[in-house]
Amino acid sequence: MKLIYYPGCTLKNQAKNFEDSGLCALEKMGVEVQELAKWNCCGTVFSLVTDDLIHHIAPIRVLIRTKEAGSNSLMTMCAMCFNTLKRANERIKADAEALSTLNELMYEEETKYEGDVEILHLLEILKNQIGFDSIREKVTKPLQNLNVASYYGCYLVRPREIGIDDPENPQIMDELMATLGATPIDFPYKTECCAAYKTVDNPQIVAERTYQIINSAREAGAEVVVVSCPLCAFNLDSRQKETRQLFPEFQHMPVLYFTQLAALALGCPEEKLRLDLHYIDPKPILKSKGLI
Amino acid sequence: MRINISRKNINDSFVAKIQELSGQNLLACYQCGKCSAGCPAVSDMDLLPNQIIRYAQLGLKDELLHSKSIWVCASCMTCNVRCPRGIKIAEVIEAIRQILLRKRADHLPLEDLSPEVKCQVPPIALISSFRKFTS
Repeated sequence: MKLIYYPGCTLKNQAKNFEDSGLCALEKMGVEVQELAKWNCCGTVFSLVTDDLIHHIAPIRVLIRTKEAGSNSLMTMCAMCFNTLKRANERIKADAEALSTLNELMYEEETKYEGDVEILHLLEILKNQIGFDSIREKVTKPLQNLNVASYYGCYLVRPREIGIDDPENPQIMDELMATLGATPIDFPYKTECCAAYKTVDNPQIVAERTYQIINSAREAGAEVVVVSCPLCAFNLDSRQKETRQLFPEFQHMPVLYFTQLAALALGCPEEKLRLDLHYIDPKPILKSKGLI
Repeated sequence: MRINISRKNINDSFVAKIQELSGQNLLACYQCGKCSAGCPAVSDMDLLPNQIIRYAQLGLKDELLHSKSIWVCASCMTCNVRCPRGIKIAEVIEAIRQILLRKRADHLPLEDLSPEVKCQVPPIALISSFRKFTS
């Protein structure tokens, strides 16, 4: 299997641990990955108003690059890129006039876009194309006795039309964690918004949400939280500093990308996990379980 | 709080503009309140999501354009997924933000951000907040 991969902005810097671990895990699964050539920023959020076609150019241009790479499907790991690319694609697929206008605006592109690229999140590929049974066979270091709460947030599951799982009760990441030998922990705040980009102008709102989300996971028995979005990761991990300032009794909890735990279970070397890029150090809990 | 309801406000082009930009039929809302019940941001809002829809139906322009809520909503889509009338509340709130932003009324002036903040937060946070809060 060969995948064309769209990294997006943050996997190349703050979320390097997401990219490195994801690519290593895919290599262990025998999947060939090719980074999309000349990719551009997707815009990070889908434009919600009806007349704002110009903001769909960035994601659609990414899909043109995908066609030029000889593929009709594109894989993302970042939940926000996934959401923006897939929604822009669905938007213009349902509106022939908008598609034609966008192609006219991008008249210098040699390739026309015709709505013919599919956007897939890595979790969907793991479940539907590689298969959890096949992944289970490749696990060399089962994540035994590790209680993992999967936090889905918004962009993987909402809106319903593009979500990869049930918007109210998603399971896909929990199924992956069980496949890797961990104990999945269900918790009521798994799809509660972390306040996303409010982290720039109002970190206090994010700290309050982080307090609720992490405490909810802890009360359900979690030892770590896993995420699929670099913005959720920043808010739930780095903003634990502000959370502790606001609520002095708050207890820290490590936040990891699902790919880091997949890479660990599949036998990737520790340097591929980039555990140094976390605010709350995940090494003590992983060491206590004999995993690193 | 006293609210004046008038035919003039209801027929104002502001209401039509919200419907056009959001692509939503505001009158489909029957005020069940499910959007506000599930909204994670209500504790920081002055107008609740169901009130935003009601105010929009009534053309209460000043109240909506000056509300704190439109800048607190992070478009998490929980309301949209749960609305029994299929109204996309997040799109309505985006339309109100856009009416202001298209007049260059930026909510987040770039020059107000300290170098520390710009270095600390990931690019995904900066780009998305500029997309949502600047013109």
